[in-house]
Amino acid sequence: MAASYFDVDGTLVSTNLVHPTLFYLLNQGTPVQTAMRFGRALFKAPAMGFAELADRRTFNELLYSSYQGMSEDRLVLLADEVFEKVLRPSIYPAARDLVRKNVERGNVVVLISGALDFIAQRLADHLGAQEVIANRLEMKDGYATGKLEKPVVAGPEKARLIRDHARTHGHDLDDCYAFSDSYSDLPMLSVVGHPAAVNPDPRLALLCKAYAWPSFDLRASS
Amino acid sequence: MNHPCLVTLERDSAPRVLFAGDKLVEVDLPAGTRCIYPKPPIQPLRDVDAAIRYAINHPLASEPLYAKLRPGMKVTIAVDDISLPLPPMRAPDVRERVLEIVLALFSDHGVDDVEIIVATGIHRKMKPAEVRHMVGSRVFDAYWPDRLYNHDAEDHDNLVEVATTDHGEVIEMNRRAVESDLIVYVNLNFVPMDGGHKSLMCGLTSYKSLSAHHNPETIRGCDSYMDPKKSELATRVWRMGRLANQKLNVFTIETTINNRMFDRPLEFLAKNEDDLDGRERLLLKGLVATTGRLPQAARQAVFDRFPAPYGVTGVWAGETEAVHERTLERCYEQYLVPVEGQADVLVTGIPYIGPYNVHAFLNPLLVSVQAQGYLFNFYRGAPLLKKGGTLIITHPCTDKFDHEQHAPYIDFVHRLLPETRDAVELHKRYEQKFAQDPAFIQMYRTGHAYHPAHAFFMWYWGENGRQHIGRVIVVGADNEYIPKLLGYETAPNMDEALYRARGSENRSLDITCLHVPPIVMADVLV
Repeated sequence: MAASYFDVDGTLVSTNLVHPTLFYLLNQGTPVQTAMRFGRALFKAPAMGFAELADRRTFNELLYSSYQGMSEDRLVLLADEVFEKVLRPSIYPAARDLVRKNVERGNVVVLISGALDFIAQRLADHLGAQEVIANRLEMKDGYATGKLEKPVVAGPEKARLIRDHARTHGHDLDDCYAFSDSYSDLPMLSVVGHPAAVNPDPRLALLCKAYAWPSFDLRASS
Repeated sequence: MNHPCLVTLERDSAPRVLFAGDKLVEVDLPAGTRCIYPKPPIQPLRDVDAAIRYAINHPLASEPLYAKLRPGMKVTIAVDDISLPLPPMRAPDVRERVLEIVLALFSDHGVDDVEIIVATGIHRKMKPAEVRHMVGSRVFDAYWPDRLYNHDAEDHDNLVEVATTDHGEVIEMNRRAVESDLIVYVNLNFVPMDGGHKSLMCGLTSYKSLSAHHNPETIRGCDSYMDPKKSELATRVWRMGRLANQKLNVFTIETTINNRMFDRPLEFLAKNEDDLDGRERLLLKGLVATTGRLPQAARQAVFDRFPAPYGVTGVWAGETEAVHERTLERCYEQYLVPVEGQADVLVTGIPYIGPYNVHAFLNPLLVSVQAQGYLFNFYRGAPLLKKGGTLIITHPCTDKFDHEQHAPYIDFVHRLLPETRDAVELHKRYEQKFAQDPAFIQMYRTGHAYHPAHAFFMWYWGENGRQHIGRVIVVGADNEYIPKLLGYETAPNMDEALYRARGSENRSLDITCLHVPPIVMADVLV
């Protein structure tokens, strides 16, 4: 049996990691907490901007530091709302069909995302994906430390995680598929036998032409 | 006495000019070579609209279309896609004319629930501009995209099983059509293998249904695709179509066109090179030189720019088989040239366009489709080429593909053909998995790519040719790798190709040249 690995942000949904984070920041217990957390995040914004250009992993670490001090209960409690209000409306029209076609082919569908695991899991359940590889917040005494558990799911690390997953589950990587929208996911696309670009950014689109990789747009409904 | 379109070359005959993709090349063929030219275009109908009205009011083996209508009924019109004619027809396309008349009739009879489906089967979906060209702006603006759209053979929620034949062939069709009170099929019959039951059975069905007849076993069982009585493909499609028509209310409208593919000043491309006047000879020299020097993109742009001035030669309507019989007669009248005896060597140029590369490059897989599929099959009676004979083609066989339309073909040619060329092996080992490739299916569904199974069907298309032809020699290939993958030999020029065809015994050969395009078919008497 083969597996299909899907990047999430920009590939299956139009949102990115910032949107759910903003939702959490703007929905704290009190207006004062909301203002303080949002202000701190705003202060880090330029650094995140530079990090995004340089290294996706650093960006993720900076972004998730905004969660420091949030209680695990609250994060999980709000997760349904984050999914319903932020993620669900941003799912591309044909995304569900694409996941379904992979399942029908007999592939195990795995979402591999820099998003937080409890949110990615809700998306997986909705789309019919069987497994999730996502970032996990480090918790101490029921509160987020603002750090991510290792390994951080981002950039080239995704490729290693896919290789490990395939090895553990007995998938032949030559038979596996990977779908992503971003050039930053080139390592993940390169380790499988069937890479495909979904709503590709310009650099990935160029690469697809050069290597004759399948490329399509999920934003149009079928 | 030879037919005027059958010319025997003499020592002082001019070189023949053959297509080699989007280039034209001059080749010297030995004295005694028979050259088969297309017939002159049949005179088109003077009043096409009147002919359409007459056909739907005086149908064959059916009540008139107006008598089938009642207010409030649900009607689906299915229309042939852009795979024919080649190149696309100059506006107004005959399908536009039929649609205008039929839709007005529906409106007069209070039939408002009308949807038009482009019967693409597993072909690529037509782009909005292409659909507009085909159906005309008035119909397009009124119906696209909600009531005029491409068939989706992967939309399983909108596919429904109609019946299963006693041979186990499942007919799975477009739900909207099946649930309609009336299906009207608007066809443009380009060659004799088109139309009839094939229209619905290929155009509005799914991979499951298509694979019942698009498989190596069926194709190997075909004599000529162009002679339905001797085609196993037609037998199976007819069996399915007859059963479907028992369950559905189908009214077929078929149209034929002449072979006026080239407009002035290029009409002379269909003529015997010895009969060209001074101006035409000059133009031909210029064209050969220009196509030889222009970059490929410019050559393609030149050929894509000019739609063909085809003339409509017939319109028939009514019951599918009764209609198609008349269509076939008119097709044969246009294309068939009587020829006595088979050839040891068949020489032909491979043109730049085929049914599956409209507005795209003719990639290596489609070269094989043209050579061993279509051109080999352009006969009735016996094959033009003797069993085990040599087919010589002129084409560069460039390793180039349209990355959108033919994305699955790239994998097929570069991943699977190096494994095996055996159609049965490919069918058994790879087809089903490949046909379910989620990335390629998505490209088919939301983009403009051919369905992944289509690459296999294309390879099978050459299968009866592959079984019959001894060897294929390509003249003018720009690489060795692609011809080798396709199972072809290469030769730098025609002399060398003929020398190799003669073999070590250097025996004399019966050589025949099929001078296409425009289309010509041989009616071979052995």
